[in-house]
Amino acid sequence: MIYKAIVFLPLIGFLIAGLFGRSIGAKASEYVTSGLMIIAAALSWVVFFNVALGHGEAGEVIKVDVLRWIQSGGIDIEWAFRIDTLTAVMFVVVNTVSTLVHVYSIGYMHHDPHRPRFFAYLSLFTFAMLMLVTSDNLVQMFFGWEGVGLASYLLIGFWYKKPSASAAAMKAFIVNRVGDFGFLLGIAGIFMLFGSLNFETIFAAAGSYLPAEGAAEGGEVIASIFGMELTRYGALTIVCLLLFMGAMGKSAQFLLHTWLPDAMEGPTPVSALIHAATMVTAGVFLVARMSPIFELSPDALLVVTIVGAITAFFAATVGLVQNDIKRVIAYSTCSQLGYMFVALGVGAYGAAIFHLFTHAFFKALLFLGAGSVIHAVDGEQDMRYMGGLRKHIPVTFWMMTIGTLALTGVGIPGTMFGFAGFFSKDVIIESAYASHSVAAGFAFTLLVIAALFTSFYSWRLAFLTFFGKPRASADVMHHVHESPQVMLVPLYILAVGAVAAGFLFEGYFFGHHYGEFWKGALFTLPENEILEEFHHVPLLVKWSPFIAMALGLITAWYMYIKSPDTPRRLAASQKVLYEFLLNKWYFDEIYDFLFVRPAKALGRFLWKKGDVGVIDAYGPNGVAARVVDVTRGVVRLQSGYLYHYAFAMLLGIAALVTWMMLGSSM
Amino acid sequence: MTDWPILSTVTFLPLVGVLLLLLTREDSPYGRRNILNVSLLTTVFTFVVSLFIWIGFDNSNPGFQMVEKHAWLGTGISYHLGVDGISMLFVILTTFLMPFCVLASWHSVEKRVKEYMIAFLLLEVVMVGVFVALDIVLFYVFFEATLIPMFVIIGVWGGKDRVYASYKFFLYTLAGSVLMMLAIMAMYWQAGTTDITELLRYNFPANMQTWLWLAAFAAFAVKMPMWPVHTWLPDAHVQAPTAGSVILAGVMLKLGGYGFIRISLAMFPLASDYFAPFVFTLSVMAIIYTSLVAMMQDDIKKLIAYSSVAHMGFVTMGIFAANMQGVQGAIFQMLSHGIVSGALFLCVGVIYDRLHTREIAAYGGLVNNMPKYAVAFMVFTMANVGLPGTSGFVGEFLTVIGVFQVNTWVALFAATGVVLSACYALWLYRRVIWGALEKESLKGLLDLSGREKLILYPLVALTIFYGVYPAPIFDVTAASVDLLVNNYSAALQAAQDLAQSVH
Repeated sequence: MIYKAIVFLPLIGFLIAGLFGRSIGAKASEYVTSGLMIIAAALSWVVFFNVALGHGEAGEVIKVDVLRWIQSGGIDIEWAFRIDTLTAVMFVVVNTVSTLVHVYSIGYMHHDPHRPRFFAYLSLFTFAMLMLVTSDNLVQMFFGWEGVGLASYLLIGFWYKKPSASAAAMKAFIVNRVGDFGFLLGIAGIFMLFGSLNFETIFAAAGSYLPAEGAAEGGEVIASIFGMELTRYGALTIVCLLLFMGAMGKSAQFLLHTWLPDAMEGPTPVSALIHAATMVTAGVFLVARMSPIFELSPDALLVVTIVGAITAFFAATVGLVQNDIKRVIAYSTCSQLGYMFVALGVGAYGAAIFHLFTHAFFKALLFLGAGSVIHAVDGEQDMRYMGGLRKHIPVTFWMMTIGTLALTGVGIPGTMFGFAGFFSKDVIIESAYASHSVAAGFAFTLLVIAALFTSFYSWRLAFLTFFGKPRASADVMHHVHESPQVMLVPLYILAVGAVAAGFLFEGYFFGHHYGEFWKGALFTLPENEILEEFHHVPLLVKWSPFIAMALGLITAWYMYIKSPDTPRRLAASQKVLYEFLLNKWYFDEIYDFLFVRPAKALGRFLWKKGDVGVIDAYGPNGVAARVVDVTRGVVRLQSGYLYHYAFAMLLGIAALVTWMMLGSSM
Repeated sequence: MTDWPILSTVTFLPLVGVLLLLLTREDSPYGRRNILNVSLLTTVFTFVVSLFIWIGFDNSNPGFQMVEKHAWLGTGISYHLGVDGISMLFVILTTFLMPFCVLASWHSVEKRVKEYMIAFLLLEVVMVGVFVALDIVLFYVFFEATLIPMFVIIGVWGGKDRVYASYKFFLYTLAGSVLMMLAIMAMYWQAGTTDITELLRYNFPANMQTWLWLAAFAAFAVKMPMWPVHTWLPDAHVQAPTAGSVILAGVMLKLGGYGFIRISLAMFPLASDYFAPFVFTLSVMAIIYTSLVAMMQDDIKKLIAYSSVAHMGFVTMGIFAANMQGVQGAIFQMLSHGIVSGALFLCVGVIYDRLHTREIAAYGGLVNNMPKYAVAFMVFTMANVGLPGTSGFVGEFLTVIGVFQVNTWVALFAATGVVLSACYALWLYRRVIWGALEKESLKGLLDLSGREKLILYPLVALTIFYGVYPAPIFDVTAASVDLLVNNYSAALQAAQDLAQSVH
């Protein structure tokens, strides 16, 4: 019952605000949706304490049936919840952040005439996300997956009058669909291999799926996928990679990341909720949930590691030079998601979810803080027109600073003193180093560099926004004001998370209490000993994130406080590199050239030349012309085509009946 | 109740309406009103009666139910009706959509309302007839007869180029039907019966199946329509009045799919197996080719028409995957598409009635003064895109799952439809609904009227209902499809055994 309440309360909020928002008014919509979310969040923590921190047996899973869904042949899918520690963690993340964002939006969206719609969308999103994380089969997960995509699309395009917003919304949906293309095929592949789409059945079968080492059927071809004759191992790898493609789309990984920065067109609370804390982590959740499958395929995990490492590095480089305050944080999100995938790739699933957990707090904090800044300077998002805001909005400043400290991973290695990001990020970097993966060195190097960049762009953001002389117009500076309490209280709560989530929970997520905390929700093979091995990395490795962080901080301090002229000179002297980064490695331009324009041209060509030029010209029009030629000379029938046809049909029936009669009399 | 000939009742009930309409005069003071009321009452009543078919239907029985059989013409051809899990829901779909057609024509049809309504009621008779006929000659007669009312509807009440469109429609279909007639003759010649139930049990020789399959394919592929014989559909849709488009997309395309399942797959399993790669190729072509073409259209109706062709590609692909998921998915996709594409054409009708243009460029920013319309259109757009939670997803998903087990390449190419459908549908939505309201001509538009709400809201509800709870449909179709699929694989197995024993 409690589980149903958690999932369906946001749905009820959505229905009330969505259907009756106009009649009950904006205030009522806000209070109803937020109130229901507060209840759901409170219940989520109850579940977290009962399920995750309680003393259940390993492998214990609670299943809640809701409704029948699709039954066809071997497919038997229900709407049902699967509650284990992984779900409980996601419950807490999703509902806490969502509740705070709901409350924050009451202040942030104060002037917007469409508040009922906004709150309805937020609640719809939360519902879809909860369906995703509670799913007990791949199809319900896909429902949640697409549902959050829809909500994201609607919220990015919330200000539909702005052409850039509606373009960004469309782009987000379509790029995500490219990932979903893989996800859908992956689901089909899972069904082919396991004959079921329910996690319970799949996971039960996965354990004994691969033939034992050296067994006779080891090299046997069991399936042919896309022209490749595959053994069990090969088929499993392909299926994992297809699923991972879905994860890449949703989690904005390298090559499918282009939608995320554009998604910043949506209102800032949306960015905090969807594009930082929850939806974009769905890909990480997917891989973690499917760990019993991924764990069997080192090759698939290798791809996950490489893609994650590249993303972490790539997004960090782009973040270095962006001027829009939200885009910097967006690229930072992209980069941090890369860290999580590296963790998954090296088999440290707990570390990935740990980073997901802490990241939700500090990244939502940063986004909501940025929203508070934007609110203060009258909607300005370009950091070149900010500066010197520290004195004017001190609370926001301190909250953002806590967020930055957490993101950059400030803490003292080897002790329990540090912000949330310090624990989770260091664990990932150490795991990457300790892993036996072929790409371990590669991933470790890129992650450390990315940590340096992260520190640089985060402090750059802080310095540009809060320090130095004000660069905004006097008029704007005159009106700069601290946000109301309804926006600040969510920041306080998130700040507590950003400070404390690390040292409180490290032991559970990826430490001594790992086993009793996860209770088998994350699967690892017996030979996967990363949990133990990451402790035994060299001291320099342990200190490397700290060193990177310090270097980034010092560089940022030098460039934006000590000598503010340096960035400009550097940009001028390294123009090519600067432009390359500023234009995000030219991905949008390349994709436009490679996909968008050819697709349009091809569409037009097939229409004008294919349909009209060939099929019609030689088909009906051609035949018509011949018929006209022939009939013109022979008969002049005054009737329209209708009578031709009716006549032809009559003749046909007459012929048929005659034939039958003759046939039966014979 | 069991002896009551309910199928005949549902089939011919609209004729009562026709009779009443013949007695009314359009030019009398309340003439137009009376005509509309009579038509609406007739179609609603027919729908209500048809629900008794569903109520009385036994889900566990895979065979034909509510059978009526009378000798006809003394020739071995009989008046033989019945429904099974495959056909029953199409009957309901047809009777369900008819009241919406009448409502959609409430104001938009200005001339000759009486004849217009008569044409629609006759169309209903023959469409229901196709789905309940259990004699292949009867099937053929109904199947062909659907063309005449539709031909008239497009030709008389259509848009500017209606003559070209109706002519094209006629020419394509004629080509197919001549071949099918030959096939029916040959089947009779071979099997000595025209009874579908007996033909289903008859094993046609392998080489003959090939030819019969091709002839039937010609008729059904045109109707479906499959690439490359699809070009009549966009023209027909564009020229047809709104209600005509609804029926065309909602029901008439399904005649092709129904024919494929009932005749091609069930009677010619060996040929179906042989030609499956060919059908897959055409289906995949349809999905990719027409999606790309749809993307570039300037005319809203044409865009939706092309998207229909793409969706029918999933149907043909699912049918010839010939497994449980494929066939059930195809049936579901057809039913869902009947609701969704019908609704989309009704949506176009709503704005066409206001502005009398279908140019995408003439619109933009409608959400500002038509928010309710924007919501309804959004739901149908998402169903068209195949978003889980709408009815559009279930069929698409099952057909892809089904075909993946048969041929992964086909599934791969078909799955690109997931991306492409999002491209054309969302782009349309963005250009028509979103944006600022800048064009003067649009500023005075009013949101949905009471009548329009009555049309669109039930369809919104159904679209979501069957996305969340499709079980009623699967329950109805499961037994019959299971039988069909088993017979199909048994036939293939038998042929294989035979081939082995010869060697």
